[in-house]
Amino acid sequence: MGEETFKLMQGNEACVEGAITAGLNFFAGYPITPSTEIAELSAAKLPRVGGKFIQMEGEIASISAIIGASLTGKKAMTATSGPGFSLKQEGIGYAVMAEVPCVIVNVQRGGPSTGLPTSPAQGDIMQTRWGTHGEHSIIVLYPSTVREIFDTTIKAFNLAEKYRTPVILLMDEVIGHMREKVEMPNREKIAIYNRKKPSSSLEKYLPYKVSEGDMVPKMANFGEGYRYHTTGLVHDETGFPTNNGKIAEELINRLVHKIENNLDDIVDYEEYKLQDAEEVIISYGSTARSAKSAIDVLRKEGRKIGLFKPITIWPTAKNQIEDLSKRTSRISVIEMNMGQYFLEIERIAGKYSKVDKYGRSNGELITPKEIVSFIKEG
Amino acid sequence: MVSQLIGKYYRTGSLPHIWCPGCGNGIILRAIVKAIDNLGLNQDDVCVVSGIGCSSRASGYLDFNTVHTTHGRALAFATGIKFANPDLHVIVITGDGDSAAIGGNHLIHTARRNIDITTIVFNNNIYGMTGGQYSPTTPTGEKGTTAPYGNIDANFDLCELAKAAGATYVSRSTIYGANMIINQVEEGIKNKGFSFIETISICPTYYGRKNKKGNAVDMINQLKEMSINKTAYDKLSKEKRNGKIVVGELHKSQRTEYTEEYEKIIQSF
Amino acid sequence: MDTFVKEKINIEKELCKGCGICVSFCPKNVLTIKNEKVHIKEIDSCIKCGLCELRCPDYAIYLGGK
Repeated sequence: MGEETFKLMQGNEACVEGAITAGLNFFAGYPITPSTEIAELSAAKLPRVGGKFIQMEGEIASISAIIGASLTGKKAMTATSGPGFSLKQEGIGYAVMAEVPCVIVNVQRGGPSTGLPTSPAQGDIMQTRWGTHGEHSIIVLYPSTVREIFDTTIKAFNLAEKYRTPVILLMDEVIGHMREKVEMPNREKIAIYNRKKPSSSLEKYLPYKVSEGDMVPKMANFGEGYRYHTTGLVHDETGFPTNNGKIAEELINRLVHKIENNLDDIVDYEEYKLQDAEEVIISYGSTARSAKSAIDVLRKEGRKIGLFKPITIWPTAKNQIEDLSKRTSRISVIEMNMGQYFLEIERIAGKYSKVDKYGRSNGELITPKEIVSFIKEG
Repeated sequence: MVSQLIGKYYRTGSLPHIWCPGCGNGIILRAIVKAIDNLGLNQDDVCVVSGIGCSSRASGYLDFNTVHTTHGRALAFATGIKFANPDLHVIVITGDGDSAAIGGNHLIHTARRNIDITTIVFNNNIYGMTGGQYSPTTPTGEKGTTAPYGNIDANFDLCELAKAAGATYVSRSTIYGANMIINQVEEGIKNKGFSFIETISICPTYYGRKNKKGNAVDMINQLKEMSINKTAYDKLSKEKRNGKIVVGELHKSQRTEYTEEYEKIIQSF
Repeated sequence: MDTFVKEKINIEKELCKGCGICVSFCPKNVLTIKNEKVHIKEIDSCIKCGLCELRCPDYAIYLGGK
């Protein structure tokens, strides 16, 4: 695999390929449309590379199992959709609090509840941000092409390892099931990040102590002699629970700031024809593909319009979006929901620019034609 | 100062533990580390996983690789740990609410897989951490803060459940017979498969007070009176079986172990 | 035999919660509770069976050398 090759690949398949490239060696999952292919392909591929696949008794069991596996040093992932993602929230919170790297894929479908199992939606944007209870920050990535799924899955693992945090890889039914010709990158050129391990003596290891200037504690694997305690309760540097308000404040601040203070490293996005743009569409996932086509049509008609496509959904690309709002007169947020990301964009951009929204939740993807009409009407 | 045993296996800085005076959990926990000591396991190779509730605070006191997980999920976390690293001896400490109510499904499926995990249920017949609500093992008719007029639910026989679901070692003991706990935990760890040990504990603070069972000593004496081994129990008439706690090894069988079966798949490529 | 003789009962008062389990299940009536803590009442009767240590939920009493 030393050079570029071309493959016809499905989105869910690219996710598994990317994950294995990033070092995935443990998958626990539960079947659910439209993410099931990720479990099926993991089941087929992982034992061939010495990895492990287990089908658990449910969604909560799956995320619990990957957290357990990660504590032993594995790179672990689970994949789900809508109803399953709701159930994962318990484990996501635990992984945030105990700082256990893992990747949770959510191939979105229509909701709420069992909703529209085989139809696309982008209704989980806010749930990815605030689905688990309590104050926290989270990293959520959302690719929009099959190749980008491959790359973004690798990035998801790298960020999970680097920041010791769960990373949510959002997709939607369209890109999960879509097949595209993909130029596979030269694997030797792909950067893989592995969690930093402690170098202190066994006796001196404090599992939740950070060194000066760092916000992420070093992580020992279970079984390597650094015996430590981990819990979902507020804990001190030893990992032991405490009710001390000062320690709680320091811990939660660190958990939030280790992400929010590293936007330059975490935030990823694509700009399309933005150079001279006077108005902007902000769109992500499969809807961004329609937006690109719409922009091409509108450009032919002489409109100076471009696309800002966030790949990192959370934390938001707030600096870039604020800059855009200062140099354009209108920002249209187009998404397959009734305005979830719009709320965030309006919060950031509303001071300087008009912010519009277009979207719906009926299980039908948004077409370029619709977008063109919406832009022209505005 | 503490004993050599406690000094070696406990994070002694975290003592005294949070359990109430007379709570049986401390007795069971000591029995578990005694069993580990008897087997001579390396502390680095032992992983203790617990859920949520009084019982599950146990993991934090022990000097092993320890995980205090979410409510009911200890067995799911433990499955991930054991499957990821089969060299670890994985021991799950859970309670009656944790393992039989919110985590009941995980118990069934972990037993079904026969993965090499030793589970010890601290059964105190009540939700203690939240202040005395009835649990799946609160005997019918007894009281809890959420069963002020008496519990109308049938109570679970957890050992029968574990056996039916496929556990390959099943036993029960009480804190009165703490030496029996030690022996059973040793047997459970030695069993290459899913081992299920129900230890009957006491909660004088909530269960005892609510149901007028007396103090910790009275409650332990009640356990002593109620305990009977399986052979003797089988000889009793139906009427006399009522209210008895059958102790000892209740089931043992041989079946392929989960992580070994998966390893065969890996090796086939 | 030597080690047997040398063993004695140690009490860690800081850990004792005064539940009285050790007192009640001591077969030789060696122990008592005073001011909510365990005390040795009659050390000469002690047969060093270790039942107090076995059933102490708080690790406050144990047999040991020296």
